[in-house]
Amino acid sequence: MTAGKHVGPALLAAYLAGAPALPAETEWAVEAHLENCRDCRLRLADVVRVREPALDLVLGRVWTEVEAAEPERPAPTRPAWVRWARTWAPPTMGPWVLTGVLVALVAFAIDLAVPVGQSPLMLLLAPVVPLFGVAAAWSRRFDPLHELTAATPAAGLRTVLRRTTVVLVAVIPVLAVAGAFTGLAPALWLLPCLAFTVGALALGTVVGVGRAALALGLVWTVFVVAPSLPDEVSPSLLRQAALPWWALVVVGAVVVVVARAKSFAAPGSRY
Amino acid sequence: MVRAVDPTELTPTLHAWEVEAHGLRSRVGRRMAVDGLDLRLGKGVHGLLGPNGAGKTTLIRTLATILSPAGGTLELLGSPVSGKPDLRALRRRIGYLPQEFGYYPKFTVREFVEYMAWLKEVDKRDVAGEVQRAIERVGLADRAEDRMKTLSGGMLRRAGIAQAVVNEPDLLLLDEPTVGLDPAQRLEFRTLLRELGERSCVLVSTHLVEDVSAACTRVVLMTEGKSVFQGTPDEVVAAGGEGDIGDSPIERGYSALLAGAAR
Repeated sequence: MTAGKHVGPALLAAYLAGAPALPAETEWAVEAHLENCRDCRLRLADVVRVREPALDLVLGRVWTEVEAAEPERPAPTRPAWVRWARTWAPPTMGPWVLTGVLVALVAFAIDLAVPVGQSPLMLLLAPVVPLFGVAAAWSRRFDPLHELTAATPAAGLRTVLRRTTVVLVAVIPVLAVAGAFTGLAPALWLLPCLAFTVGALALGTVVGVGRAALALGLVWTVFVVAPSLPDEVSPSLLRQAALPWWALVVVGAVVVVVARAKSFAAPGSRY
Repeated sequence: MVRAVDPTELTPTLHAWEVEAHGLRSRVGRRMAVDGLDLRLGKGVHGLLGPNGAGKTTLIRTLATILSPAGGTLELLGSPVSGKPDLRALRRRIGYLPQEFGYYPKFTVREFVEYMAWLKEVDKRDVAGEVQRAIERVGLADRAEDRMKTLSGGMLRRAGIAQAVVNEPDLLLLDEPTVGLDPAQRLEFRTLLRELGERSCVLVSTHLVEDVSAACTRVVLMTEGKSVFQGTPDEVVAAGGEGDIGDSPIERGYSALLAGAAR
């Protein structure tokens, strides 16, 4: 009856000629297939053009009239990537990204002035300090949309993590370039933070961001802060040689976030 | 096309009231703005009336889960709001229009409502349709592609209402929604209110008594952080006498009830 799964030429011709050449149930089957198969519709259009020029002419006229009556071009919507980008960084975030850059430059200056002697407390807080900055920048006082945002389900740690990610992605390259010129490595302070935020988002797709952040905090304390306590040296994970490993962790976490993006929006998800 | 039935549409309602509060207390700064309030709201449109500083906005912000209660018990849509509530699931079902809200001036109306829909975790596939529906409901379809900063006060208000209803909330909280609307828009808004009240619990705070008589099925009257009257608009009218202050029967009833509470 059909060639493979598609409608064959003979059947198409019969369909075009209409009943009684074609049994009703076959006609239904053909129609059901045509609804879903673009190729077969195009082939049907060819057959119409060849066998039924009159019908083709009418169709052509209908299309001309439809196009003439078409309303003005709909207002241009912003491209999809812009809308997607806004779910991470709302438009007023520009100044704050700039703030982040400036803050990072200040941190860089401090790093330059105080080359050694990292205190354990500083070390403990290093990966989360930028989060406080972002949360403060988006507080009730500064964010015009705060009152509306605060009442939405997306409000909370997850949104702070997303926004911090954007700030860090903007800041780290600047610091890396600055570091290359001065021989210092302030980006080393921020890469663990980026790994922490993206890692918390990635792990959060499984256990919820709150628990994920807590778990990563414990890991940081046990594996980075604790080993450096006895002799007060800077831990090996915060030296230049560790950079590729942090980058690897970030990339891995990004892959997980992208792959599991749907779990955030899944109905009934608590994460 | 066959409409997909969401499982949440089929689950039976397990709570008697959309909002149930006993001795609710809520603090603003050092002041207890809501102090020992008892409240039960079911489906329908409830008007929240009261003089300035009665605690209306604080009550609405508490119900919107922005403020956490300082005391008493509060149940929203059947889940208690104390201890460690699952706010995320609850907030998906709440719509909130603050008395004053900021916006990003460069957003168009559509982008604003779209962004709010995203924050409210509306299913991605439904966002475009729901946004269009919400904008049409408040009559802003012809201004949908205009930037927020070009809108008039009344239009901003309507954009705010659109974002509040975009997630089809079961509990809709509107704080002074009719401020800045012209008479024709106010009439349209009342129609929208009645429509929304058919399937959800709507709480509208206002100081315009005529809004209440026209669109609300129940009235909650509060003063100094307490609820002093709950009943139908007709009962408010019945409470007023010739000697009370006011130009219309319902205004006289309102001032009679307030005077009674003060005594």
